[in-house]
Amino acid sequence: MNQSIQIPEPASPFPGIGVSSDQGLLQWISSVDHKMIGIMYLLIALIFFLIGGAEALLMRIQLGQPVNHFLTPEAYDQIFTMHGTTMIFLVAMPAVLGFSVYFTPLMIGANEMAFPRMNSFSLWITFFGGLLLYFSFLAGGGPDAGWFNYSPLNEKNYSSSNGIDYYAMGLLLTGIGSVTTSINLIVTILHYRVKGMKLNMLPLFVWMVFVNSFLLIAAFPSLNAALAMLLLDRQFQAHFFNTANGGSALLWQHLFWIFGHPEVYIVILPPFGILSEVFPVFSRKPIFGYAFVAASSVAIALLAFGVWAHHMFAVGLGNTVDAFFSASSMLIGIPTGVKVFNWIATMYGGKIKFTVSMMFAIAFLIEFTIGGLSGIAFSIVPIDWQLTDTYYVVAHLHYVFIGGTIFGVLAGLFYWFPKMTGKMLDEKMGKWFFWLFVIGFNGTFLVQHALGMLGMPRRVFTYPDLPGYAILNLISTMGAFLMGLSVLLLVYIVYKSIKNGKAAGNDPWNGFTLEWLTTSPPPLKNFDEVPEVKSRWPLWDLKQLKEESRK
Amino acid sequence: MFISIAYFFQIILLQSVENPTSYQAEKINKLFNYFNIAAACMLLLVCFLVIFICIKFKEKKGDEREPKQTTGNKKIEALMIGIPALLLVWFFYQSLTTMHAVASPVPAGTEPDVIITGHQWWWEVDYPKANVVTANQVHLPVGKHLLMEMRSADVIHDWWVPELGNKMDLVPKINNYLWLDINKPGNYIGACSEFCGAQHAWMRINVIAQNENDFQNWLAQNSKDAVVPTDSVAIKGSEIFETQTCASCHRIQGTTATSNVGPDLTHLASRTELLTGLMKNNEENLYKWISHPQQVKPGAHMPDFKYEKDTVNAIVHYLSLLK
Repeated sequence: MNQSIQIPEPASPFPGIGVSSDQGLLQWISSVDHKMIGIMYLLIALIFFLIGGAEALLMRIQLGQPVNHFLTPEAYDQIFTMHGTTMIFLVAMPAVLGFSVYFTPLMIGANEMAFPRMNSFSLWITFFGGLLLYFSFLAGGGPDAGWFNYSPLNEKNYSSSNGIDYYAMGLLLTGIGSVTTSINLIVTILHYRVKGMKLNMLPLFVWMVFVNSFLLIAAFPSLNAALAMLLLDRQFQAHFFNTANGGSALLWQHLFWIFGHPEVYIVILPPFGILSEVFPVFSRKPIFGYAFVAASSVAIALLAFGVWAHHMFAVGLGNTVDAFFSASSMLIGIPTGVKVFNWIATMYGGKIKFTVSMMFAIAFLIEFTIGGLSGIAFSIVPIDWQLTDTYYVVAHLHYVFIGGTIFGVLAGLFYWFPKMTGKMLDEKMGKWFFWLFVIGFNGTFLVQHALGMLGMPRRVFTYPDLPGYAILNLISTMGAFLMGLSVLLLVYIVYKSIKNGKAAGNDPWNGFTLEWLTTSPPPLKNFDEVPEVKSRWPLWDLKQLKEESRK
Repeated sequence: MFISIAYFFQIILLQSVENPTSYQAEKINKLFNYFNIAAACMLLLVCFLVIFICIKFKEKKGDEREPKQTTGNKKIEALMIGIPALLLVWFFYQSLTTMHAVASPVPAGTEPDVIITGHQWWWEVDYPKANVVTANQVHLPVGKHLLMEMRSADVIHDWWVPELGNKMDLVPKINNYLWLDINKPGNYIGACSEFCGAQHAWMRINVIAQNENDFQNWLAQNSKDAVVPTDSVAIKGSEIFETQTCASCHRIQGTTATSNVGPDLTHLASRTELLTGLMKNNEENLYKWISHPQQVKPGAHMPDFKYEKDTVNAIVHYLSLLK
């Protein structure tokens, strides 16, 4: 039973890391350790989250009252473009990749990623892509055509600053980083699993990361091609998207959304994985319907490539095309719904511990359901014809990205912080943060459903004083500031907990999976030995065994 | 729970606000109501389950036993998949019939009643059957099965008047069509809904739906040439307009100004708003605009000409006579 097996590499530290001797910043920059890289991904996500959040607050100040002159239209356009681009590519992506590269090896009993140096390359190329994107502000102005950057507005004759060139180059670089990380994760999962861990015994988080990596590799080429074509258009007068010279305005939309809709699932699948770990542990029960939760992710990943034109129902593609994409988009609702109900069923009959992590997971169920249902509204073509490109969409996408991705990431942060630092993330202050964040979030975005139905288009730098607009926008702005405040509180909690938090011990939550077997934080070499895995809950088995032997 | 109640309250409240006044808008509104009911039930179910389970299965102090370990139930899974699937099939069917009613195909060779062309940041409005061209304020007859053609002169714009139903993108090099049957006379406001650059926010739509008679009168009045100025200031204004840069972008029917880069001004004085909804149409605002376009609507394609006060006054006086 306790037969130990040979752990894959590494046996000794990689060059560049002086673990025993503290080399400060240099040690971090030169590191190829998946745990340090994971933490750096999360720090990058946090830094850009603060920047993107500040941009959001500037927008909400501008929209706080009708016909406001706080920002010029040009400034507003750059800020909303950068807000969207930052939050997707420099916050959501690094956050999910950070957890992926930190915990995938730990959860499958491996000591490193398959390609440690490539792991480091991926991190830095992503970071430099982000820096290049932000350098645009110093080089004459940020990109100003929205994060999905529709042509021909993205062409030189309509956006003459270099912002969009930096957008294209920056995203190409971060895209390279994401694709190499995905390859790395797939090889790691396929090749470095501990003995006995079959693919159908993978912890659900790792399973979602696995599926997600394929999704990512398949989605990014479309974006990269579009960005390269755009650069050719802007720098060398090619005419892919320039309608004045015979280019196509819709080609960009197709290419962008063939990437763009899978991207939405790319940033939600790993949080789905986090929840699939958090619910069982804090309900003291295995996940309900493991196979269904796992298979529904595959269904989502496959369907993801057949739904892109639901972003384009209003461009006049015709009823036949619209009907096809309507059906495929509706289908996505089924595997997503299956997940939500399986998590609820996991809690049923359990012994629920209300830790901050679990509270975010439970809140996710409701917030994400709201976002999911408004998503179904957009798959019903005639409703989409009314509500697309309004504040209803803004509300919908924030309920999915924040209520989904960010709530999942926060559940993961409170769940795994003890493992990453050896200190508990203060639960008492964490609960304050939870309530502030939930109230702020709903205050900001719930009313935006109403604004959309009242006829307020998205991406406007201001609006006339029509009935209801002023008060609803003011509520939204106040909610946004509450959220901003709560995020500052989170930063403080993280800082305080690292400095003098309670010691966590190896296994503070009485977990089921292998990452809780090693010390907190784990040593450079994650495990000296891992027992052979016999089920989906290896640590649980181990504990039962100890209990029995004690008796 | 509180959140979900607020959500429903909001939707119910909005039913009274949303006020469909076209055949198309009514069809969509009906479907949206069905959807809201189904969505509300689904959300309530999730909220109820979550709250019920959270209360019932909260960990009790001192209870050291592990709960019963269940790993799944095929019947429950089948329900989770089956019920939503049935609902979606029904909505897909409803969606198809509504789509067909709202956006039936345009028979080849049908001449549109109105051609709307989106420009950065104004709407060109053509009535090809009546040979009338105007801008920004769109007069339409009530009770007709109207075919609107949508074009763009530059980037992608989007036509959306919520009370009149579905929106439609205006895509460069592609002609899109929209059917519209307005039920009630009235003034309906909308806005460009596809981000189109700096002044996207001030590309508002104003539809004036009129009874057939009123509409025909309006058409007749607007097919006439512009008023010929008689007093000296207005004559000076018209001369400046035609000889200096104004005429290279704008159109005034009956004069040498025929361009459509900027809005048609033939009957400007009969319109109630300036600059696609940015401000009221009066001499004071017109003066402000012509003196400093880039301060009034930054980014607009009309440059600051730095005219003398007298010049601006003459132009304003001339334009305000164009009823």
